[in-house]
Amino acid sequence: MAETKSARPLSPHLQVYRPTITMTMSIVHRITGMALYSGTLLLAWWLVALASGPEAYGWFEWFISSIIGKLVLLGYTWALLHHLLGGLRHFLWDTGRGFDLKTANTLGWASIIGSLALTVVVWILAFVLSGVL
Amino acid sequence: MVQFTLPRNSTMSEGKTVKAPAGARNIKRFRIYRWNEEDGKNPVIDTFEVDLDTCGPMVLDALIKIKNEMDQTVTFRRSCREGICGSCAMNIDGKNTLACTRGIDEIKGDVKIYPLPHMPVVKDLVPDLTHFYAQHASIEPWLQTKSPEPQKEWKQSHSDREKLDGLYECILCACCSTSCPSYWWNGDRYLGPAALLQAYRWLIDSRDEATGERLDNLEDPFRLYRCHTIMNCAQTCPKGLNPAKAIAEIKKMMVERRA
Repeated sequence: MAETKSARPLSPHLQVYRPTITMTMSIVHRITGMALYSGTLLLAWWLVALASGPEAYGWFEWFISSIIGKLVLLGYTWALLHHLLGGLRHFLWDTGRGFDLKTANTLGWASIIGSLALTVVVWILAFVLSGVL
Repeated sequence: MVQFTLPRNSTMSEGKTVKAPAGARNIKRFRIYRWNEEDGKNPVIDTFEVDLDTCGPMVLDALIKIKNEMDQTVTFRRSCREGICGSCAMNIDGKNTLACTRGIDEIKGDVKIYPLPHMPVVKDLVPDLTHFYAQHASIEPWLQTKSPEPQKEWKQSHSDREKLDGLYECILCACCSTSCPSYWWNGDRYLGPAALLQAYRWLIDSRDEATGERLDNLEDPFRLYRCHTIMNCAQTCPKGLNPAKAIAEIKKMMVERRA
């Protein structure tokens, strides 16, 4: 390569690229995947508290029934469902199917809309079953 | 390591504006990335007001008009002006495509033009494709055989020939590879959609007899498996090809040969 007087700049990428639905859902799949790590800690806390007796469980219950606890649980529900639907999408792709653009874009929209809808369903069911509604 | 922001020497600022000639009524603004190594400054975005009444229909027509009539230093690659050479690949209106096949009327508002993303810039809209071509060479894109050579050509049935449809049309314009976030972050080791589509083109060629060696060469956490099915490659290909599908087929071949 010829010597340059000043170092070559890197052309803009994320700054200028128009997001596609498949790209956005791929990023969200990563983020929800990471969120599930901390969500699983929550699950572990619940199990440990359950095994440790009434006082420990009381602390868990105090947290999870607080507004912040509920929001965290809501986020965890959505992250889990989005990651689940995204995972199913990847299973389909692993078989070599679902690659034509129309299908791939539809699956992208389905995973975001589906995960939000399922989150609402799960929470309504939870409230109904626990007798709050 | 993934760096989401631009290095300090690559951030952009506003450049000059060149007005359309007086009396022009159908004006479209073209915002074009400019950088040259002589002046030692960061890249800028220049604005050119183009009179569409005296301009051809494609983005390349506007670029040539700008170069001819407004600023002769505007630098870009172009050759065939009909979507077969791949020279004028660039990022137009947020998507990689060929300037010669992208209609100006398809773009709402200002026409923003950048070089292919996440590449070293040689000048203005010209990226350095050295590494991209080296990656293509690394998949050994030619027929490899072991059987004794036939008297005439290597023959192929019609149905075997059809397997190359959707692959042989690739013009190596680099739109797909430079649209791929995985290639942005790991382009030094990940081959990228264009080279992998070419790899698959030789893997499924019924006449090629180096399938095993070709797969061995790709069996690597980076070279092949950095594809996470983000699908930007297929979304952006100006020839309507589907590199993501070709990569999935290679991954399947990897699994099938282990069975």
